[in-house]
Amino acid sequence: MSDHAAVAAAIADAHRREWTRVLAATVRVAGDLDLAEECVQEAYAAALRGWPRDGVPSSPAAWLTTTARRRAVDALRRAGTLRSKLPLLVEPEESVTDARDDGADAVPDDRLRLIFTCCHPALAQEAQVALTLRLVCGVPTPDVAKAFLVPETTMAARVTRAKKKITGARIPYRVPRPAELPDRLRAVLAVVHLLFTTGHTAPSGPDLVRADLVDRALHLARMLHELMPDEPEARGLLALLLVTDARRATRLDDTGRLRRLPEQDRSRWDRAAMAEAHDLIVAGLRGGRAGRYVLQAAIASLYAQAPSFDRTDWPQLVTLYDRLLEVWPSPVVALNRTVPLAMAAGLQAALAEVERLESDPVLAGYHYLPAVKADLLRRTGQLALARQAYAGALALAANETERAFLSEQLAELDPAGRPGLV
Amino acid sequence: MAQYAVLIYAGDSAHSSDATAEDTAVHDRHAQELERSGAVVAAYALTPRDLATSVRGDAVTDGPFVDTKEIVAGFYILEAADLDEALAIARLNPACRLGGGVEVRPVAGGGFVQRPAA
Repeated sequence: MSDHAAVAAAIADAHRREWTRVLAATVRVAGDLDLAEECVQEAYAAALRGWPRDGVPSSPAAWLTTTARRRAVDALRRAGTLRSKLPLLVEPEESVTDARDDGADAVPDDRLRLIFTCCHPALAQEAQVALTLRLVCGVPTPDVAKAFLVPETTMAARVTRAKKKITGARIPYRVPRPAELPDRLRAVLAVVHLLFTTGHTAPSGPDLVRADLVDRALHLARMLHELMPDEPEARGLLALLLVTDARRATRLDDTGRLRRLPEQDRSRWDRAAMAEAHDLIVAGLRGGRAGRYVLQAAIASLYAQAPSFDRTDWPQLVTLYDRLLEVWPSPVVALNRTVPLAMAAGLQAALAEVERLESDPVLAGYHYLPAVKADLLRRTGQLALARQAYAGALALAANETERAFLSEQLAELDPAGRPGLV
Repeated sequence: MAQYAVLIYAGDSAHSSDATAEDTAVHDRHAQELERSGAVVAAYALTPRDLATSVRGDAVTDGPFVDTKEIVAGFYILEAADLDEALAIARLNPACRLGGGVEVRPVAGGGFVQRPAA
């Protein structure tokens, strides 16, 4: 009985840990994503049948890969498909790394090919995200659908359509050449970051955090860093996700209400994750121009490392935001910068900056803008205007936890609700 | 190898009847570059939108089929191993730097047609 449970646990573990490796290696033989996926699923099913009887193999990944690849070979033989006629373009191993261009001597891991194929810019980003969860993480389509709150049929159609485009337009199963790599890596990191942010603050629905998505994103970021140890932005993204997620346990109080940073219990933050992020950031800031994710991570880390909210190094945060704006001139970044700016340069300076940003079309409809403005107005004592801004934020926010927080802020300012204070 | 059609989108075609060599120089240079690459199977430049005529259902109208800021100003067919290779060539088109761009589509079939003898 406990043996059985141990085997089941080993298979679940092999699914979580080794799915990517097994599928990526099987695609090479199958030459087709669908066939490869089917064979890998069969291999896991074979493990469910065979391992209780024969025991867990010493290398589950190798066992699963061999089984899946054998099935792929058999299927191709049955279908009489010639290698040259395979729909998905799989490059022979030798030509993948062009030593002349990049000086790399290592053959890239098959998992990288799979990730870069799923995140090819010729696919819509929502398809990239879906394919990454489905193929790279092995998440069943119904669960992918649930994660993005779309009907299962919609998600299945999205995945099918993306796979068809990969085959039909001949998107290669390849790690991009050095000249294309920066752009292509940006797309991959953006998908992982989007998975994380979708999980970290669910865009709508009852839960603030969807732990499954956050964990998948962390797993992917860790894998990317492991596979591309010399890419500073892969390192930066992992650091950013670690340091952001270190606060997961304290973002809500016991009743599920949103807690702001000053109110969070710093002793409950994940110190190990913060220390790991810190080391990655130090390495990332050293040498060369730091990229977007490294700087974002440095900002989040500086916030997290202060012994208390009041003792945060606000001027240093403004400096880091200035550097971030240089590499990523986004109005959202400019808006976030107003938070430390209010502490370092005063409320009026921050308010003036928020008002300047109000005319930016990118921020139209972005509920954090009126929320930040409301907070600044409240702190300068302009309560009527603060109420207006909170109401504006409330009209735009869709996550219920965030809505509850904003409603509460608004209620506190309500002269009818708190007659003694206003 | 696979064939891809590259549709060139621009505000208008540079190839009007009174176009000077200077007007089309940048496109001509690119055409030569493409020719030298050995990847191109066939290439056509089209005349400006003023000369376009569209038929929708029974109705014949003056102008391009879709009335947008950019029109198809030309197209060519290239041969490439995969989409990345096709995109690498297609993105060199001057239209991409002149406010327009290109659309890359895998070719399903076709080619020059052998006509029956008259």
